Amino acid sequence: MTDPATTPPSLQVSGLAYAYPDGHQALFGVDLTVARGERVALLGPNGAGKTTLVLHLNGILTAGAGTVTVAGLPVAKAHLAEIRRRVGIVFQDPDDQLFMPSVREDVAFGPAAAGLRGPELEERVRRALERVGMAEFADRPPHHLSFGQRRRVAVATVLAMEPEILVLDEPSSNLDPASRRELADILRSLDVTVLMVTHDLPYALELCPRSVVLSGGVIAADGGTQELLCDEELMREHRLELPFGFDPRSVTVPAFPVG
Amino acid sequence: MGAGHAHKLYREGRSPVHALPPHCKIAAVFCFVLVVVSTPREAVWAFGAYAVLLAGVVAAARIPAGYVLRRLLIEIPFVAFAVLMPFIAEGPRVEVLGMSLSESGLWSAWNILAKGTLGVAASVLLASTTELRALLLGLQRLRMPSLLVQIASFMIRYGDVISDEMRRMRIARQSRGFEARGVRHWGVLASSAGALFIRSYERGERVHLAMVSRGYTGTMPVIDDVTASRTQWMYAAALPLTALAVCLTGWMLP
Amino acid sequence: MHVPDGFIDAPVSVATGVVAAGAVAVSLRGARRELDERTAPLAGLVAAFIFAVQMLNFPVAAGTSGHLLGGALAAILVGPYTGVLCVSVVLLMQSVLFADGGLTALGVNITDMALVTTVVAYALFRAIVKLAPHRRRTVTVASFVAALISVPAAAVAFTAIYALGGTADVAIGKVFAAMVGVHVLIGIGEAAITALTVGAVVAVRPDLVYGARGVTARPLEIRSSPLAPAAPGAVARAEGPVTEPAATTSGTSEPAGIPESAGAPELAGASGAPEPAAGPRRSVRPVWWAGLAAALLCAGVISFYASASPDGLEKVAHDKGIDQKAEDHAAKDSPLADYGVKDITDARLSGGLAGVIGVGATLAVGSGVFIVIRRRRATAESGRG
Repeated sequence: MTDPATTPPSLQVSGLAYAYPDGHQALFGVDLTVARGERVALLGPNGAGKTTLVLHLNGILTAGAGTVTVAGLPVAKAHLAEIRRRVGIVFQDPDDQLFMPSVREDVAFGPAAAGLRGPELEERVRRALERVGMAEFADRPPHHLSFGQRRRVAVATVLAMEPEILVLDEPSSNLDPASRRELADILRSLDVTVLMVTHDLPYALELCPRSVVLSGGVIAADGGTQELLCDEELMREHRLELPFGFDPRSVTVPAFPVG
Repeated sequence: MGAGHAHKLYREGRSPVHALPPHCKIAAVFCFVLVVVSTPREAVWAFGAYAVLLAGVVAAARIPAGYVLRRLLIEIPFVAFAVLMPFIAEGPRVEVLGMSLSESGLWSAWNILAKGTLGVAASVLLASTTELRALLLGLQRLRMPSLLVQIASFMIRYGDVISDEMRRMRIARQSRGFEARGVRHWGVLASSAGALFIRSYERGERVHLAMVSRGYTGTMPVIDDVTASRTQWMYAAALPLTALAVCLTGWMLP
Repeated sequence: MHVPDGFIDAPVSVATGVVAAGAVAVSLRGARRELDERTAPLAGLVAAFIFAVQMLNFPVAAGTSGHLLGGALAAILVGPYTGVLCVSVVLLMQSVLFADGGLTALGVNITDMALVTTVVAYALFRAIVKLAPHRRRTVTVASFVAALISVPAAAVAFTAIYALGGTADVAIGKVFAAMVGVHVLIGIGEAAITALTVGAVVAVRPDLVYGARGVTARPLEIRSSPLAPAAPGAVARAEGPVTEPAATTSGTSEPAGIPESAGAPELAGASGAPEPAAGPRRSVRPVWWAGLAAALLCAGVISFYASASPDGLEKVAHDKGIDQKAEDHAAKDSPLADYGVKDITDARLSGGLAGVIGVGATLAVGSGVFIVIRRRRATAESGRG
C-alpha cells in the first residue's frame, strides 16, 4: 500500500450536504476518505443517499455545502472533464450505461470524448475489453448480450478511461451466481481504487476490506467490513440484514489494511 | 430494431448492393424516387422501365422477390385510397364493366399506385440491404444534423428496451386479470402509457448521466465514419441516372 | 396518414421538404436551448416512447381499436421544440426503415404530422392553461382540447398541401370534408387518450410535464454524524447555494427551460400543479361543455359530409380503419420485427363504421371518457393520500 502521507487520497469528501431542487435533502454532511488502492464498500438502507453521494463524486451534482476532492483535485466546474476521466462510475442498469450501437463504440466513447483517436483508441478499447474478458464481443450490439456480459462491458467502458477510482453502483444486482463470481474475480484483478455501493453484504465482505455505512444522509459507521457485519446492533439500526444462514464470523478475510 | 446489425428488416448478404457505402445508397434511392415522382403519369411505359430497373437491383442484391413483395403490403391503406379514386374524382366518365368511372380518377389511381409502389419498393430495398447502424452513419455522412442523428440512434437503441417494458406492463395487467375491452378501460391503458413515458424519460436522464460521466459535452465523438470511392459513387448513381434518362424521355415523347 | 411517394407532386414535395427542414432546424436550436446537452438522450428516449406508444392498442368497440398519433402528447409532455424533433425522427425512421410514408413525401409528412399537430396542440394548450384557473385538472382539460383540435388541424394542413400539389383529381371540398370529418373522430380518441395519459403523468411526476414544472427549494439542514461531530462552519455554509443546484442534471432543466417561455403558462401551471387535490369532484362542467361542443361539431361535419358524398366518407374511414387495424396487428408480439409483414386480411371494417361511431359514439365516448377521468383522478388522489 502506498504511503498516504505522500500520495493524496483517491477520494476525499468533507462536510458534503445536498438537497434536490424539489427541496428533498438527501445528504447532511458526509465525511469520507478513501486512500489510493483501497477497496471500500458503501453500505446503507434504501434512501440513505448513496446514489446522491455517488453523483457528487464526478460533479454531476454540485455540493450544496462541503467539498469533494479526487486525487487532490477538487470537484468543480473548471476541471470537470478531468474529474470525470478520473472517476469512473458504473451505473446499476447496464442498459443505461451502454447507449451506443455496438460494444466497441460504447467502450470507445469515454476515451474518444477525451480526445483519443486512431490506433491508440483501438488499443485502449481492446485492453479494456480484455480486462473484463469480453474482447471477442467487440462488434456485438449491447442488446444481444446477457445481463452479466452487459455488466462486464459496462465495467470496461469505465476502465477504458483509466480512472483513478472505480465507483460501482450495485455491481452484483441481478447477476446469477456464476456471473457474480466472474465479476468478483475481475474486480479483484484490477489495480484501482474501488468504491462499491451495495446491498449485497457477503459480496462486500468478499471484495472490500473496509466498509462505511451511510444512513440518513450521514456516515453512521466506518471500519473493517467483518467488524461492521458482526455488530448486530449497528446492523439492525440501519436496516442492514445478512442473508439467511450467512455468518460473517465464519469467513476468513485478509486483514483490514491501515489506510 | 435495437438489435443493431440484425434487425429483421435487414437481410444479411454479400452482394455488391450490400457492399455499397450507406450514404451512396441513401442518396441513390432518394434521387430515384424523386425522378419517379417527377415522371408524367401518362408515360405508362416509363414506370414499367423503373420497375425493371428495381427488379434488376433486387436481383443484384440477391433478395428474394417474395420478401420484397411482402414488405410492399405496407402501402395497402393507400391502395384502398387509390382504388376508390375513380369513383369519386371529377371530370368525364367512362364505362368500365358497367360502372361509371372518372377518367381522371383512373389516371390518379394509376399515378398513386405506380409511384407509391415504386417508392416503397426502393425504400424496402434500401432497408433490406443496409444495416441499421450503417444507415445512421450514412445519414450522418449526408450531413444530417449530428443532433438529429444522435436522437435517431438513441431511438433505435432504446426502441426495443421500451417496447419490452410496454410488453411487460401488458403482461402484468393481464396477470391481474385485466383485459382491455372498450373505452371504459382507456384509463388503465393511458396510465400505463403515462408510466411508460415516465420510465422512458427517467431512463433518458440516467443515460444522460452515464454519458456525462464519461465526458460527454453535447457532441458525439466521431468513432466510426464511412467513406466512398469514386467508383462506388458511380455504381450507386447508375440507378437514378438511368431512371433520369427514362424520365426525360417520358417528358419528351408526346 | 403517412403519405406515400407520388401522392403530392414533386415541386410541392420539395417545398414542404424545405419547410420541414426549417422547422426541424428551429426545433433543434430550441430544444438545445431548453435541454442543453441532455437533448440527444432525452429526445431520443421520448422518440422511442412515441414509437412504442403508437403501438399501444386502445379498443373502441366491437373489435375495433385505435392508437395514439402522439403529436399532441409529445408537445405537452416535452414542449413544442423537442416534440417536433421526436415526431420528426419517428417519421424519418418509419420512412427509411419500414417504407411507411414515402421518402420524397417526408417533407409533407413532417410538416403535417410533426409540425402542425405539435404547434397547434402546444399553442392551444398554452392558451388554455394561461386563461383557465391554475389547477391540475386544467392541465388535463387543456390536453384534451389541444389534442382534439390538433388532429383535424393536421387534416386541414394536409388538405392545403393537397390543394397545392395533389396529383389526384378530387374536388378540394370533398377532400377537406372527408379528411376533417374523419379526423375529428380520430381527434376525439386522440384527445381522450392524450388527456388520460397526461393526467397519469401529472399525478405522479408533475415536474415531467413541460406545462407544469415547478421548483421549490428548502434551505439545507446539517445533521451531525455520530462519528465526527459536524464542523462548526457547516450550518453557515449551507444557506447559499441551494437556489443554484445541480450543475448539469436537474439544474439545466429548470433554468434553461424557462427563458424561452418566461412568463408563459408553464410557470402559471407550475404554481397550480403541486397544489394538493382540491376536491376531486369539483366543476367538471367546462369539460362537459367541451365534450358536447366537440360532439356537435363532429356530428355536424359528418352529416354535412354524408349528404354530400357517402362514398368518400366510407373510403377515408375505411382507409383509416385498415391503417389502424394493420398497425395493431404488427404490435402483437415483436412489434418492430413484424412491422413489415402486416396481416391485413382482417379488414372487416367498413364505411358503416364511420356512421356508427360518428354521432352516437361521439357523445358516448366523450362522456365516458370524462367519467373515467373523473373516477380515475378521484381514486388516484385518494390513493396518494
